[in-house]
Amino acid sequence: MMDELRDLYQEVILDHGKSPRNFRHPEDANREARGDNPMCGDKVTVFLKVSPGGVVEDAAFEGRGCAISTASASMMTELIVGRTEAQVKSLFESFHEMCTKEDHEHVHHDGLDDEAMEKLQVLAGVRQFPMRVKCATLAWHTMDAALAGGTRISTE
Amino acid sequence: MNEITKPPQGFDSGTTSGYDVEEVRKDFPILSREIYGKPLVYLDSAASAQKPRRVIDAMVTSMTEEYSNVHRGVHWLSATATTRFEAARKTVQRFINAREDREIVFTRSATEAVNLVASSWGRTNLREGDEIVISQMEHHANIVPWQMLRTEKGIVLKIVPIDEAGTLLMDEYEKLLGPKTKLVALSHMSNALGTINPVKDIVRIAHDKGIPVLIDGCQGITHLGVDVQDLGADFYVFSGHKLYGPTGIGVLYGRAEILEGMPPYQGGGDMIARVTFEETTFKGIPHRFEAGTPAIVEVIGLGAALEYLMELGLDRVAAHERDLLAYATAQLLEIPGLRIYGTSPDKASIVSFTLGDAHPHDIGTIIDRAGIAVRAGHHCAQPLMDFYNVPATARASFALYNTFGEVDALVASLHRVREIFG
Ligand SMILES: Cc1ncc(COP(=O)(O)O)c(C=O)c1O
Repeated sequence: MMDELRDLYQEVILDHGKSPRNFRHPEDANREARGDNPMCGDKVTVFLKVSPGGVVEDAAFEGRGCAISTASASMMTELIVGRTEAQVKSLFESFHEMCTKEDHEHVHHDGLDDEAMEKLQVLAGVRQFPMRVKCATLAWHTMDAALAGGTRISTE
Repeated sequence: MNEITKPPQGFDSGTTSGYDVEEVRKDFPILSREIYGKPLVYLDSAASAQKPRRVIDAMVTSMTEEYSNVHRGVHWLSATATTRFEAARKTVQRFINAREDREIVFTRSATEAVNLVASSWGRTNLREGDEIVISQMEHHANIVPWQMLRTEKGIVLKIVPIDEAGTLLMDEYEKLLGPKTKLVALSHMSNALGTINPVKDIVRIAHDKGIPVLIDGCQGITHLGVDVQDLGADFYVFSGHKLYGPTGIGVLYGRAEILEGMPPYQGGGDMIARVTFEETTFKGIPHRFEAGTPAIVEVIGLGAALEYLMELGLDRVAAHERDLLAYATAQLLEIPGLRIYGTSPDKASIVSFTLGDAHPHDIGTIIDRAGIAVRAGHHCAQPLMDFYNVPATARASFALYNTFGEVDALVASLHRVREIFG
């Protein structure tokens, strides 16, 4: 039981939660979206700079959330830079599977994903905490909305 | 680590003023269960309270022995169910000391009761530019219905401010009441801070200016009870499920004279023109506002809950809860980094807090694994969270079945949170 808590609150997560990377509002972002979790009032805004060729050149976020949602957003911004929109979407799918399915398989095995998924594995602990899956995926849904053109999304 | 195993002097564990909490706990079947292998410590009664055997039995008996629709059959079951149903209305009347039982309108919840007033009374009596006074600490249930009316009618909402402790600023309240004020709608007690508002003064000041008052009694009634005649409010609303009764049942108390002047809720204000139809369909108050088959079993369950509370004695319950609050407040403040929101001198049974950098959601998850249930979130009071500039707080609420030992368990589990978050 306490082990599940330790799985959830691993050092890496606590570190990203406390000192989130890319926690800023880039001047030259050309996509952004705002995400809300109405259940807890958490908010996140994701900023992306996407090149004309469809490659994510910069990713950042602002907002307030719990350790899980902040860590997830922080790691996400590190991992999606340099990827094409299609690659980002496939990573999101794999991540979503990991958060929700016990015997998940990465949806796409293209090497790139495998490496990123290894890092994201620290968030797999949320599977034991169904109430917290939305915390882990909020920034990703928001990022997805930003890619799609930028809207407001809500996890409920 | 702090000395957290024993209540300090003056706290006689579990037996405040002859109140035997261990005996009381036996009335609540759920309290003997475990969560993740730990004894359940339920500190979320402000969201919804657990149910005593008395309520469960009354509802089971209703369904297994006395069930039928009410107000419409000549057969024995229908007559019996109707008798039980109307007896429960009289129990509510007695519990809040209403002058007449027809002043008790059954609704689905407190939320529906506020909506009923907004829709029926509000649509009939309010014009563009009229003002309704609410406060910074209201639950969304006492904000959103008025905002919807604002959109429809062009009325104006005025907000009574609070100070840092979470106390209503009564001078400001008085200043907000003007010639355009048509209603004051304030909570008896804040669900997010625990602040008890001086509702009697609030009513008197408004009535001196001829302004009717609605009190959201959802939290207040569970800890303080209410005497609506003494209070003098025109409307008083509450939910059954926070009063140890079932979900799906709430109460709108309204003074008979004011209810008499209100059109039916369902169908809306426009229906008032179809008087013939109305008179042949509705019998007057309170049934005018209870269209459709009511929540029969839930009403009977609510009646049983109130009987139970009256037998326990609300004063004794209140004394026990006051002791728990004082003890919990003292113990929690010993935890480094813990900040309490809501420190009004007049408060009851709720401690809203944050702990260092730990987000309330993380606090809630961690202590849940120790079997401790608290609420983590905005408590349906986002304007209040904005006032304190926090996205959320953790909230422990204490009810008639909680113990000093449970406070200790909470404190110990919060130390665990500190360990994890360093
Ligand atoms: C002060 C207050 N008002 C209104 C409500 C709404 O009650 P319900 O959801 O039962 O309608 C609550 C419950 O959370 C409350 O605490």
